[in-house]
Amino acid sequence: MIELRDVRKVYGEGRPDEVVAVDGVTLSIAPRTVTVLRGPSGSGKTTLLTLLGAMARPTSGRIVVEGREITSLPERFLTEVRRSTFGFVFQQGNLVRGVTTLENVMLPAYPLGEPRAGLLRRAQALLDELDLGHRARARAEWLSGGEAQRAAIARALVNSPKVVVADEPTAHLDTALSRDLMAVLGRLKAQGRTVIVASHDPIVCEAPVVDRVVAMRDGRLEGAA
Amino acid sequence: MRASTRFLLSLAAAVALLAAAALHARAERAARAPEIAARAALVRRLGLTDLCLFTEARYTRHPSQADRFAPFQDHPGALEHFPSGALVPAPER
Amino acid sequence: MRTFLERQRYLLDYTLSSLARRKGKNLSLLAVYTLVVAALASVLFYTQALRREARLVLRGAPELVVQRLAAGRHDLLPDRWVGALAGIRGVADARGRLWGYGWDPISRANYTVLVPEAFWGARGEAVVGHGVARARGLAAGDRLLLRAADGGYLSLAVREIVPEESELVAADLVLVGEEDFRGLFGIPPGLFTDAVLAVRNEREVDTIAAKVTRLLPDARAIGRSEILRTYDSVFGWRSGLVVVVLLGAVLAFGIVAWDKASGLSAEERREIGILKAIGWETSDVLAMKAWEGAAISLAAFALGVLLAFGHVFLGDMALLAPVLRGWSTLQARFRPVPFVEAWELAALFLLTVVPYTAATLVPSWRAATADPDAVMRS
Repeated sequence: MIELRDVRKVYGEGRPDEVVAVDGVTLSIAPRTVTVLRGPSGSGKTTLLTLLGAMARPTSGRIVVEGREITSLPERFLTEVRRSTFGFVFQQGNLVRGVTTLENVMLPAYPLGEPRAGLLRRAQALLDELDLGHRARARAEWLSGGEAQRAAIARALVNSPKVVVADEPTAHLDTALSRDLMAVLGRLKAQGRTVIVASHDPIVCEAPVVDRVVAMRDGRLEGAA
Repeated sequence: MRASTRFLLSLAAAVALLAAAALHARAERAARAPEIAARAALVRRLGLTDLCLFTEARYTRHPSQADRFAPFQDHPGALEHFPSGALVPAPER
Repeated sequence: MRTFLERQRYLLDYTLSSLARRKGKNLSLLAVYTLVVAALASVLFYTQALRREARLVLRGAPELVVQRLAAGRHDLLPDRWVGALAGIRGVADARGRLWGYGWDPISRANYTVLVPEAFWGARGEAVVGHGVARARGLAAGDRLLLRAADGGYLSLAVREIVPEESELVAADLVLVGEEDFRGLFGIPPGLFTDAVLAVRNEREVDTIAAKVTRLLPDARAIGRSEILRTYDSVFGWRSGLVVVVLLGAVLAFGIVAWDKASGLSAEERREIGILKAIGWETSDVLAMKAWEGAAISLAAFALGVLLAFGHVFLGDMALLAPVLRGWSTLQARFRPVPFVEAWELAALFLLTVVPYTAATLVPSWRAATADPDAVMRS
């Protein structure tokens, strides 16, 4: 599904504050699996996620998504790939404040210009599936931590992505909610999607739905790819 | 109602009002044409040369007849003391 | 096409909810903007109405007015000049005109005292303009006292009051007979204020004006077209009036644009980052920002113009007229006739909507083109 070959990402190259976030990573992600990138903060997990999710370009190396190389795609096509293939769940949820939950979920589909009735239905259905249907009209800032995280997942799903990428999704959740979240991810896998999670939370790493855990440290993978 | 719908409807309403205003203006012009004609007739009959707009001083009351000297009638370096003098420019010739 | 329109609607939806988030600030912005447009449009409407009116009404002004100058100043014109002018080829008629300014200490106003070509009143009678009647509370049959040149007073019986609709041209007029005029101002017979010429062929006016100055070197000839041009320039785009208001408006916009251009707040930048991270392209973000600018400026323009229209044509420019009229104590009552030219409104539209939309768009450029992974890092 996704292949990374000797990918490097350097920030501030040539400058005194140069940082090598990802240092030569080769990784293959199979479809319809749940893969966890485990590692402490600063290990380069987030950067790796942005790279394989077509959010940033590597300094060197190749990234292939569904047989298509994305490393050298112009911005427009990269956004296309990002929009149609990936759904992101960020660490902070990152919902837009002052906007309702439902509208937040619909946002990624706005630029696509599909008829509103269909979009509304789909967004509402996603919220219902995640037990958030009753909070559809609430302002995003009124949601609790767990609710916000689930709303973020709903938002990530609105364009029916094949791959869901989550960065420390359980960072602000308690044990029970964390387990619930892993169950949701399991459902996504059952729907045929590929899930990639970056986390150092043991609840995530040891969840039964996880197919594979890849350890990362100092921008490199530990152990076999 | 959707936010954009509300906005677009309000804008449409405003445009409709503007159109109505334009129509009103057109009707007004037609209705008051005789009034303007009467003024023109009076001008012709009395041999007038200016509109009665700024009655503070002679050169502001009859700007078309004013000579260059008029604004400086008090002394050569006199500054303009009437506000409307700032609006009424000096004659061309 | 459908997708394109729907996309614009969505962007507009988002932008409106974004504006609603800072309701107070944006409403006051809209209010200020609207007032600026209203003031500008008011002045525009008013001056255009007067300009058109002047052109229509002064069509009946004398074809050629001849003044005598002495040491660069306006001097009285002798009888023999009138004879000489009448003798010029192409002149159908020449007559001396008597008019001047009479000061009324009671109402502290200047009146224009004029002897019309065929005064229909008797000696000792006057026909007064509606403005004079208002200032002195006169009705037909009352008496009007004017200070005479010899220190005494001339008492005139008001025979008739010129109707109110003519105030724009006749508000301050006092029409008297020749003898009364000469007595009032101490001007002996044989002297006139200026001379008025009727010309046989309209196109010959300039030639005849040239002949006049050749014949009488200290004469100044004013043609009807110059009279009309005077009013065009008083109310034209380059007049002091319009420039002052325009400057004020530009300043106001400058302040607003400066506030916008000084960069986006952290909150706004974060928002753009999120949008890009969830899949919005740079063009989507920029389009959304353009809608933000357009929404406010379109609303302000529409409301401002409507306000101005009501203010000028229904309210007779009640708020701004005193500013334009200066210190005149006698002000002509005038209801502007709505002459609005479409291209002027279009110019106003461009002057207001375009800069503001640009001011909203430009500072967003940087944030909109940034890589979305910046959000992930924050």
